[in-house]
Amino acid sequence: MRPDTQVPGAQKTGTQATGAQRDGALEVAVLVSVGRHPVTGRARRADQDARGVELALSLDRARITLLHAGGFDEESESAIRGYLGMGFPAMTLVEQPQGADVIPALADKLNEARPQLVIAGERAERGEGSGLLPYLLAERLGWPLVNGLADVEKIEHGVATLLQALPRGQRRRLQVRLPAIVTVDAAASAARQSAFGPAQRGEIEAEPAAVEWDEAPPEWNVAPARKRPKRLKIVKAASARDRFKAAAAKAEGAGGQVLTDVTPEQGAEEIFKLLKDEGVLR
Amino acid sequence: MSEIIRRDPRKEWIARNRLHPDHLSVLAELGEGAAATEWMGPNGVIRKNPHAVGFVGPNGIKRIDRSGVQQAAVAGRGAGAGHKSAAEERRQVTIEAPAFLVAVVPDMPGGRLSSHDRDLLGLARQLADADGERPGAVLAVVFGSGEGFGELKVREGFSEAGIDRLIALGGDDFDGYAPEARLAALTAVDGEFSPRHWLLPDSKLGGADLGRRLAARLRERPATGVWQIEQDDACALGWRCTGRGAAGTTDIQRALPRVVLALAECAEPVSETRHAVQPLALSQSLPPLLGRIDDLGQVAVDPAGVALAEAEFILSAGNGVKDWEGFHQAAKALGATEGASRVAVDDGFMPRHRQVGATGTWVTARVYVAVGISGAIQHLQGIQSCDKVVAINLDPGCDMIKRADLAVIGDSASILAALVEMVQRQREEKRDAA
Repeated sequence: MRPDTQVPGAQKTGTQATGAQRDGALEVAVLVSVGRHPVTGRARRADQDARGVELALSLDRARITLLHAGGFDEESESAIRGYLGMGFPAMTLVEQPQGADVIPALADKLNEARPQLVIAGERAERGEGSGLLPYLLAERLGWPLVNGLADVEKIEHGVATLLQALPRGQRRRLQVRLPAIVTVDAAASAARQSAFGPAQRGEIEAEPAAVEWDEAPPEWNVAPARKRPKRLKIVKAASARDRFKAAAAKAEGAGGQVLTDVTPEQGAEEIFKLLKDEGVLR
Repeated sequence: MSEIIRRDPRKEWIARNRLHPDHLSVLAELGEGAAATEWMGPNGVIRKNPHAVGFVGPNGIKRIDRSGVQQAAVAGRGAGAGHKSAAEERRQVTIEAPAFLVAVVPDMPGGRLSSHDRDLLGLARQLADADGERPGAVLAVVFGSGEGFGELKVREGFSEAGIDRLIALGGDDFDGYAPEARLAALTAVDGEFSPRHWLLPDSKLGGADLGRRLAARLRERPATGVWQIEQDDACALGWRCTGRGAAGTTDIQRALPRVVLALAECAEPVSETRHAVQPLALSQSLPPLLGRIDDLGQVAVDPAGVALAEAEFILSAGNGVKDWEGFHQAAKALGATEGASRVAVDDGFMPRHRQVGATGTWVTARVYVAVGISGAIQHLQGIQSCDKVVAINLDPGCDMIKRADLAVIGDSASILAALVEMVQRQREEKRDAA
């Protein structure tokens, strides 16, 4: 969908959202899933989703809805209740059987509820785990998407100022028009502990939804992850002497520039130029 | 002058005869500093003088280096002719009429191809060159900005990475975080050239985000976390791929889809060929886009809070630093994360967690400034994956100078002071202008 075709939809959202904005609250939906403990393989609350819930809890005057689409059995119940234990009386479960495509159901649900902000973890810990769900939802709903969120700085007049986490510990400030979908990864602040009592007392409101099946996965061949082969340093050399030299070589740059007999100012000038070219000075 | 080479048998004879009184002067005239090691004899046979080659080794025994390096340096004539540089040995490949296109969108952090990008281009070459009779071409779509973008210098690295066709998209629209503008451009490329495969790096630097957006827009189900591909005629595109699923705990094997997000080390980078980087352009200019995401620029983060292993810019101190106050001040002014060599840590000038090297932290900085570090092998191992190394040192013969891309010989304290002053002056100018 082209962004310019989305303008009417966005306006409609604005008019609907006034109901929520009248009492000054921000409608936030957090998509949560069943995680998998990396060591034991047991079901747990997914780490990134829990971070998303934590981010939602840090928002000022937000009305948070937890949304889970998927099956509901004993194992997944304990995992989902982990989110309730973070301080929620209830959550919504969009019932979907195993092997269903949850995106149409979720998109319908979000279209109905019209939250201002949708928060999701970057990728699931079970199943395909391709991290595609937020993107497909954004494409379907025509909402902007921001990935790798570290923090929400402020939300006013339907515009959110966000802090995006970049690699190497850097941060970038973004402004995005609501409604929007944001995803969080390990750079967001860690989730609070889940309290057992509230988790057991919380209510899970199941909602039936139309089921569409995901056809592709049965054709796949899924196996436990193999260890990837380590890349060898391949030396293409004609003679034994070259091979030996390559194996015993010290790290050397390809002919760097050496400045001798320069004043400190000239030397500093050259370094300054290099730092500027690399864009590390701000 | 005639092109025919004229031989002077008399001079050649004198050059061969070491006892001749004119021997040295004739040698100098013929352009050979030392004794000739190889020459053509009177009957057209190449003659060699083994006494003139080689060097005396450390144990007093004469050694002859047959790789040709030594002779090239000493003798010059004949011996160095067969020794080509590594870049010249690559086979030039030009694909005039490709059967199909394999599109790659590299991350290009800092305007250069990363090793992940090179691996991805290697994967693209595998896909393109599988059928020797109907080869495909690798099309790279790069986004960039600033002056000099897409210059010859940039393309030099491109041809060795295996790029046949290049679409360079520059402009302010693609600056910073502009996924929607980039996505619109990629959609336009897809509409015009309809490549058979789309390959993107599954990396935090932007490839993972852009690739998923592209897949959602093209309504293709991508394979993510791909680390291996194999030929399989039963599949639609003739390939089968293996990718990581479920947070890296499973391997999913499936038919290769059109959009692929591949992990680092998914294939070997191109090493034997060089490719014609022919520029392509979109026939229509991109329509203006209503931006819903505004990039307000990067936020200054406290460099001391960034982990040394993932810091982008490190100022590292060693034994040569005497003015520690000035060093800390310089790190603060430059906005660099501080590092140290083992000596500086052992002497108590820097904390242990700042130590760079095999026994400390292996750093991955883009720019590494080594102040007063001579470059022990353990330290050089620790900075192996740094892009640009700057050395400030008093000793011009140390190993760090050999490793450095830019080395300044001089007193580190005064050079750092001058650098700090320069940075502060530039900041003030910027503030005045704003």
